[in-house]
Amino acid sequence: MEGGVPLGAYIAVSAALFFIGCAGVLMRRNAVVILMCVELMLNAANLALVAFSRRYGSVDERGSVFVTFVFVVAAAEVAVGLAIVLSAYRTRPVVDVDEARAMRG
Amino acid sequence: MNAAEGSQVAGEFIRLVWLVPAFPLAAFLINGLFGKRWLGHATGWIASAAIGASALLSIGIFFDVLRSDGHGTTVTLYRWIGVGDFHVDIAALVDPLSSVMLLVVTIVSFLVHVYSIGYMSHDHGFYRFFAWLPLFVFAMLILVLADNYLLMFVGWEGVGLCSYLLIGFWFERPEPAYAAKKAFVMNRIGDWGFTIGMIVTFLVFGSLSFTEVFEHVDIAEQGVLSLICIAFFLGATGKSAQLPLYSWLPDAMEGPTPVSALIHAATMVTAGVYLVARSTPLFEAAGSVLQIVAVVGALTAIFAATIALVQTDIKRVMAYSTVSQLGYMFLALGVGAPIAAIFHLATHAFFKALLFLGSGSVIHAMGGEQDMRKMGGLRAKLPITYWTMLIAGAALAALPPLAGFWSKDEIVGAAFLNGYPLLWGVGVFTGGLTAFYVTRALWLTFHGEPRDHHLYDHAHESPRVMTVPLLVLAVGSVLAGFIGFPPEDGFIHRFLPPAIYVHGHEAHHPELAVIAGLAAASVFAGLVGIAIGLSMYARRRPDPNAVRRAAGPVHRILANKYYVDELLDRRFVDLSRAFAGAAWAFDAHIIDGIVNRIGWAFGLTGAGLRRLQTGIVGNYALSIMAGVLAILALYGGYAIGIIRR
Repeated sequence: MEGGVPLGAYIAVSAALFFIGCAGVLMRRNAVVILMCVELMLNAANLALVAFSRRYGSVDERGSVFVTFVFVVAAAEVAVGLAIVLSAYRTRPVVDVDEARAMRG
Repeated sequence: MNAAEGSQVAGEFIRLVWLVPAFPLAAFLINGLFGKRWLGHATGWIASAAIGASALLSIGIFFDVLRSDGHGTTVTLYRWIGVGDFHVDIAALVDPLSSVMLLVVTIVSFLVHVYSIGYMSHDHGFYRFFAWLPLFVFAMLILVLADNYLLMFVGWEGVGLCSYLLIGFWFERPEPAYAAKKAFVMNRIGDWGFTIGMIVTFLVFGSLSFTEVFEHVDIAEQGVLSLICIAFFLGATGKSAQLPLYSWLPDAMEGPTPVSALIHAATMVTAGVYLVARSTPLFEAAGSVLQIVAVVGALTAIFAATIALVQTDIKRVMAYSTVSQLGYMFLALGVGAPIAAIFHLATHAFFKALLFLGSGSVIHAMGGEQDMRKMGGLRAKLPITYWTMLIAGAALAALPPLAGFWSKDEIVGAAFLNGYPLLWGVGVFTGGLTAFYVTRALWLTFHGEPRDHHLYDHAHESPRVMTVPLLVLAVGSVLAGFIGFPPEDGFIHRFLPPAIYVHGHEAHHPELAVIAGLAAASVFAGLVGIAIGLSMYARRRPDPNAVRRAAGPVHRILANKYYVDELLDRRFVDLSRAFAGAAWAFDAHIIDGIVNRIGWAFGLTGAGLRRLQTGIVGNYALSIMAGVLAILALYGGYAIGIIRR
């Protein structure tokens, strides 16, 4: 990867995405937005994986394969997550996660 | 595996020795499993037939042993416990001692079983009775046949259990239930002694087999042997109702009368005598323990005889008489005359079983009444019972030539000849007391005017199934003494010695004049007792009531059995209750307390920790994130080298 975008840039973007997602998960209250932020974090990880795979592709290409797995898991996670949000919304019409405190010990 | 090993080729019947206890066991299983629904009153005949078969086999075995050289044959059924060098076999030791015991146990058991068919015929627990009685015989035969202490202990506990079950046979009433419990608990104290004796024997000799232990008696120190013997003797005092553990036996009379005759007169209570006689090599080597045995025996004999003087319940008179006669047997063991002890055991089994069965016949005739003050004049109504009981009573009073004379006289004589003149005096005096109380009991029951006309009018002689055993036992009470005739040199004296180790004592053959003098002294004491009894109760000179008034405090003490039960209640029962209460409090507060506190601590921790479960998803996410960061920081620290392993 001589002369292209340096690896450090990819990692920086990936880290930025990850922490934005992380902050979103922690601070936002809307369940749908939280799910979106989780997607953000997963994609940050994907970006890092792809970047490393490209950099060290001569040695090992398995990073890109791993990314496809993450896609599948992310899709499943969104499907389940949205289903939960939807069914929770049916019983109690709120999407604010702080309001759903029935599991409080 | 049914190997017979011994000093000679075992006889045909000795090989079959395991059938002797097998018959009663089979009868127990059949009657116990099928008796209630299908067999009903057939159970009585099944049990009797089984015991009869055992008795016939025992006779065969006896003659086999008679033909052998008398050194015993071990018939092994199988190895029960085998650990390294130590082993315990299910094995029978057939030697003169156990063959005599087999004869006594099976014959008396057979007669009592037949008698019970009549005696228990109106009882709704008929099948139950005839399930437990053969079970008792089975356990007793195991006890007698065992070739080692552990198997003997199995039988020992088995007879204790059956005794408990049969004393409490009429458990609907509170007295039998209480008496059964008392017998069991007091026997447990003795069993504890037996257990200690066994454990120490095992530790010292590394074996529990009779033959192996007795061969190596000399490897043990005197003190250890004394400990073993005292422990075994404690077991014997419990089972054989000696001081201080005797008071369960009179209460055991709450059971049906055949049970009293079989278990609490003829067989089970002699198990202690058998144990000590079997362990003679140990006791002889332990020295002074035998003196303790002799003194305890003599004290028990006179102690129980004095109580018997004033009892009004016919069965209780017989019960105290049994305690007293067992005391004689221990006296014999203690003064170094174990053969006389076994001799007296055999004769006593016959005449005391007869006295009990006769009492049972009287009680049966009187519709369950046991108080002699309500009897009287029954001689005409119960002729067979009267004459057989008269024979047994004369045998108990040791009148020649009946069975009791030969055996008891030999015991008392041995006490004198072996250097215990004081114990001889006690024995002779007790003989006088015995003659008195048996005269009194028989007179009050059979002679004089009927004191309760209603009961008298309904009295009737028992059916033949009950009187025939009485007649057979009466024959035994007359003839059993002749196995010990002539004194010191009779059949039994030649037959038993290979099995019983007698330390030099039998060597002396005293002058005929000495023997005759000793016999005359005890017969004289007996005649004096009878004469006083007849004079008091037949001619009222002195009048018994006047005597009772004159000897007020003494009579009160005797009638209350020396207040021993009260003393035991106050000193031991209350003490153990207090201890049990303390133990309960310890259990409830300390043991349960610890467990409860631990549970309480977990509850408290949980109550604290549940605050972490806020239900707010954001908080969980934050803690996950914090955890990930912490792991990353740690990993990074390792990677950079800030943190070292």
